[in-house]
Amino acid sequence: MDSAGEVLNDGKITLEGFTVAARAFADKWKRHNLSFPSWSWVPLINRTLLKKEECYLSLEKIIILSSLEGSAEEESLGVTADWWEKEESIDHTVLNVEDEAHYYDYHIVYSASYMVPMLYFRGYSSDGKPLSLDVIKRDLPSSSVSLLLESKWTFITQEEHPYLNRPWFKLHPCGTEEWIKLLSESSSSDGCQMPVELYLVSWFSVVGQVVGLRTPLEMLI
Amino acid sequence: MAANEEAMKYVWEGAIPLQIHLHKSEVASHPAPPPALVLAPRIGYLPLLVPLIKPYFKDSLPPGEDSIWFDYKGVPLKWYIPTGVLFDLLCAESERPWNLTVTFLSLYLSFISFFCLRDTELGYTNLSFPFYLLLFLRVLETFYLQIHFRGYPSNVLIPCEGEDSAKWNFVNSLKEAAYIINGNCKNVMNMSQSDQEDLWTSVMNGDLDAYTRLLPKLKMGNIEDEFSRKESLSSPVSRQGGGTEIDVAGQVKTARIPVRLYVRSVSQNFENLEDVPEIDTWDEISYMNRPVEFLKEKGKCFTLRDAMESLLPEYSGDRAQTSGEEEADGSQETRGEIKLVRIQGIELKLEIPFSWVVNNLMNPEFYLHISVLVIGPQR
Repeated sequence: MDSAGEVLNDGKITLEGFTVAARAFADKWKRHNLSFPSWSWVPLINRTLLKKEECYLSLEKIIILSSLEGSAEEESLGVTADWWEKEESIDHTVLNVEDEAHYYDYHIVYSASYMVPMLYFRGYSSDGKPLSLDVIKRDLPSSSVSLLLESKWTFITQEEHPYLNRPWFKLHPCGTEEWIKLLSESSSSDGCQMPVELYLVSWFSVVGQVVGLRTPLEMLI
Repeated sequence: MAANEEAMKYVWEGAIPLQIHLHKSEVASHPAPPPALVLAPRIGYLPLLVPLIKPYFKDSLPPGEDSIWFDYKGVPLKWYIPTGVLFDLLCAESERPWNLTVTFLSLYLSFISFFCLRDTELGYTNLSFPFYLLLFLRVLETFYLQIHFRGYPSNVLIPCEGEDSAKWNFVNSLKEAAYIINGNCKNVMNMSQSDQEDLWTSVMNGDLDAYTRLLPKLKMGNIEDEFSRKESLSSPVSRQGGGTEIDVAGQVKTARIPVRLYVRSVSQNFENLEDVPEIDTWDEISYMNRPVEFLKEKGKCFTLRDAMESLLPEYSGDRAQTSGEEEADGSQETRGEIKLVRIQGIELKLEIPFSWVVNNLMNPEFYLHISVLVIGPQR
């Protein structure tokens, strides 16, 4: 355990570490993902009960164009590249009848219980109506879909957002610290601790893929 | 350990009389059906009561598929919160003397209705006669609820598929508690499927004996208790996240306690609990799912007050008080005040050692659910 004690030996992270890592993540994302919307750091200002450092990262209104005929795999691969160009140029009046714009919000929230970040997301259509898991599955990469089929309750679950009192989807955290440990070990030959600034970047490079969000390689440096 | 067992029995046998009305928009029979009277275990969950309640209303429902949910005075109830906690949180005024008649009448009727429903599957009939007598003597307000079979508010409430949802919620909470206490949830994962099932069944049926028999298989780390005879290390407990320490006897000591805190904030001070305004939405309740770090220092006792201060620092310090101690002057305090701390329906004095509270009042999934009423900071 280093003196800051922020990234722990077992892949977990403290709240203070999460705060540092989240800011670093948001900065790097902004620098290396110029055509993509950036993550914002949302403080819980209405919640007088929580400490001021309690915040979460938010990326909202990401559009996935979902053609009713296409397969999920094709789409998410195609979309990941196209998002960055299409995002500004979407004109809803010009959309084909078969195309439906699905909006996604992503929140990265710190879990005090598991001491790791957690990804919450939700999908909704242009009229604000929430999307069901079946519809969302069509927007996910196919690898995620097969995992989802195998374990209904331990992979992506529908739970209440810890702060917003609404149902969101959550990526189950069991296994997160193992990934981080692995990444830590493989990336440093001299056994050094992963620098806290890279924690969320590394974490997201794995977790983001589940929901089809790519992390540019430059961010990992 | 005998004292612990007594307390656990008390917790497991705690129950709330429910009076459940079918929402008037769903009444399709004339006359409208009378309310269902059900005794709900505090440590149980509303979806588990549905098989008990449904027979009362099945003849009055409009045609179609059921998607069941409950509300209290218009507020949809979160089915994954234990029933006792919902009651403690939403019914601030649990000791109204004028309600005594209603209470006794409800209890009496619940008593009768239970004997009439002997053949239910859920095993409530294994509660013994003396238990009912005990209940008679406890003054409880009835929890008046409405049940809906249609129009599930899925924009605010996560879906519920009956017992299955309740079971998986329980298991996931147990895993999370294990993570907090042991640093990982291997102990739950290593339990055989049938043992996990049996553990759930024991909770569902309120069968404390079965639960106690299964506990050793769960291998949950022990939560240190000042009143136990375990030896303590001279060094402070490690602050490493999720870490545990092994003492000389090879027992695992815990440093983190699973706590779920539900906070209701009112803006003005009040004399009586009856004056507390009703809740309109869940947004008025702040929910905190955060472990309490339990530091064992030689000669010092970590109290419930210490735990509350670590969770709610803005409501702590010299001005924090329990109800019954009034401030005479109109305060210019910017700090808020904790008025009431309720666990398992009991209003606790904050001086009680926290380890005692945890060991005796936690729920079967190893979480301590705390309902708090605070006065918000005055400006």
